[in-house]
Amino acid sequence: MTRLVLSGNYAQSYAARLARVQVISAYPITPQTTIVEQLAKFVSSGELPAQFIKVESEHSALQVCVSAAALGARTYTATSSQGLLLMHELLHWASGMRTPIVMGVVSRSVGPPWSLDADHTDTMSQRDTGWVQIYPESNQEVLDSVLEAFRLAEDLAIRLPVMVAEDAFYLSHTVEPVEVPSQAQVDAFLPPRVPKGTLVPGKATRLGSYVGPADYVRFRREQARAMERVPETLAAIEEDYGRRMGRTYGGLVQEYRTEGADAVLLTMGTASTTARAVVDELRSEGKRVGLARIRVFRPFPAKEVRDLASRVDRLGVMDRSWTFGQMGSAATEVAAAIQSSPRRPRLSSFLAGVGGRDVGTALLREMFRDLLSKEPSGLRWLDMDPPKEVPLHG
Amino acid sequence: MSLASAPPKTEGPALKVVYKSTTKPTWCPGCGDYGVVASVERALSSLQIPTHDVVVVSGIGCSSNLPHFLSSYGFHGLHGRAMPVAEGVKLANHGLHVVVTGGDGDGWGIGLGHALHAMRRNIDLTYVVMDNEIYGLTTGQASPTSTMGQKTKSTPQGVIEEPVNPIALALSAGATYVARGFSGDPKQLSDLIAGGIKHHGFSLIDVFSPCVTYNHLNTFDFFRQRVYKLENAQHDPTDLVKAFAKAQEFGPKIPTGLFYRAEKPTYEDLEPALKEGPLVHQKAGIRGKDKVLDEFV
Ligand SMILES: Cc1ncc(C[n+]2csc(CCOP(=O)(O)OP(=O)(O)O)c2C)c(N)n1
Ligand code: SF4
Ligand SMILES: [Mg+2]
Repeated sequence: MTRLVLSGNYAQSYAARLARVQVISAYPITPQTTIVEQLAKFVSSGELPAQFIKVESEHSALQVCVSAAALGARTYTATSSQGLLLMHELLHWASGMRTPIVMGVVSRSVGPPWSLDADHTDTMSQRDTGWVQIYPESNQEVLDSVLEAFRLAEDLAIRLPVMVAEDAFYLSHTVEPVEVPSQAQVDAFLPPRVPKGTLVPGKATRLGSYVGPADYVRFRREQARAMERVPETLAAIEEDYGRRMGRTYGGLVQEYRTEGADAVLLTMGTASTTARAVVDELRSEGKRVGLARIRVFRPFPAKEVRDLASRVDRLGVMDRSWTFGQMGSAATEVAAAIQSSPRRPRLSSFLAGVGGRDVGTALLREMFRDLLSKEPSGLRWLDMDPPKEVPLHG
Repeated sequence: MSLASAPPKTEGPALKVVYKSTTKPTWCPGCGDYGVVASVERALSSLQIPTHDVVVVSGIGCSSNLPHFLSSYGFHGLHGRAMPVAEGVKLANHGLHVVVTGGDGDGWGIGLGHALHAMRRNIDLTYVVMDNEIYGLTTGQASPTSTMGQKTKSTPQGVIEEPVNPIALALSAGATYVARGFSGDPKQLSDLIAGGIKHHGFSLIDVFSPCVTYNHLNTFDFFRQRVYKLENAQHDPTDLVKAFAKAQEFGPKIPTGLFYRAEKPTYEDLEPALKEGPLVHQKAGIRGKDKVLDEFV
């Protein structure tokens, strides 16, 4: 174990290297570029004996990973925003073919208008493509999540692709100390992939065939079942990771000071760190508030959310993306999850941090204040003040 | 084909049109693209085209920011997808001059398929590619025109792929005006662009437009030492075979200028729906000639 100062992007690269990925294919896009550039360096210096395949678009990048994974290789790619949207067709293909690809996503707003900052519209619009989605909160968690993601994706009970989505710039370009496990530690945690259902040299087989409706639906049901097995499998993986590396993240939903809380705010990604500090402040002022961070969004942690719902009166959800005509993306899913809960808290949906607007303590305090005082009224767009200065075009 | 709304050109004083927009370029000081935008302005002004008769469409890249710096209509689209946007604009109103601008990554990489098909259709677009042999905007990865062996952020051990040859590619795909310019020679470049805008059919002007920040191989000096002009070399631009031969020259000497020109019907000429003039000026809707259709709608 060594301690390095890493950005979220380098945490992705180091994790992929420690995982001994065999095939990497990617196309550059801001703010993902440094992940792949670092991997290209590892490959060219010989530190990572992998194939680095340069392509002309994200669509090709993911296709390369799909075929390499179908041949049994451990594969990694990374993208962001428009690149992820361009991959859409292949995202379905990767999960339908049950290829255990791990992808780093730097969550960024989508155009138009053009913008580069943190937002969850890119990943949220891919939530039904059959990929597991993990949203780490720190660079340390990025590294740990990528390693867990490989174990999860390749588990023969799962065999699904996983994306590890980090907030643009807040994680991708901000550095912090990160504990980097040794190669021996990672090797013990993550043995080489055991391929199953892949193409084998010397035995001609075909992939991607046509099936009738009856087989089609059976394929889909199996894929859905694999996703249903994720919570339990990931819990076991996390426990093992924790034993070896001394860090865990509390399952699919990580709660903070929710005991005896009247109101709990659900967050994802980096906003959670600030929100935790706000919870501490409010608690010291005598307000009974807590925080729950959705770490894994796919499969949606319905059970965990229902369990939380049974303990509180008011639930708020902060989102960086939304569902038109509904509420925030996560809020909409929380609403669906708690509708079958015996005790249903009042639910508020807050939209903040869209297009990279900062989610500071004042804004989070406003959410808690609303949560404690106002009646829920669907989606509330916060922080809508126009810019103080007109930004330069760029 | 007359312009959609251009005033008569024969009468009155010459137009004093300002083609520069109020938006200042955000390119690095010394970037080759400054020479390209200046040449586009010069070409438009030499042809006296009013700004409302020009649409400049681009993809994504440093070069693709160009439409913002002109006072014409502009459409800044998706990475690699400028061409379909431009084709749509042209087919909706083929009285407009449609100029497509972008980079080598945008046009010869992710968007290559679109470029080939637009050329094959000989649709009347003017395609200006700012070829800096690198991905500039994403800070210096190899592009499809990067040189073999070139070390970049994505190729620490050097490029191992043969670069795309845009001129040969356009010649084989069916473009009917194929030229190469150099942003270090704005006079020749603006003439080539003006020639492309005037040309009836698909025109390509591939431009050596150095990225001074991320490409330290294909610099202004690199090109200055190598370029020579086809117009001074007795090249016959109506000869496709000779044009192909010239397109292969890329070493100590690199030709610039017009490689090839041919007169052929454009897509718009052949499309029956456009026979009566630009679509925007035609009446929309079902015209009542389709009895069976009318019966069912
Ligand atoms: C689908 C998609 N993938 C990746 C990007 C990121 N990207 C923006 S510009 C660019 C390459 C630009 O290179 P080029 O077209 O040569 O333009 P230059 O900046 O060199 O002028 C890339 C990869 C994007 N915007 N969209
Ligand atoms: S990075 Fe290169 S291409 Fe982009 S503006 Fe700067 S010099 Fe021009
Ligand atoms: Mg370029």
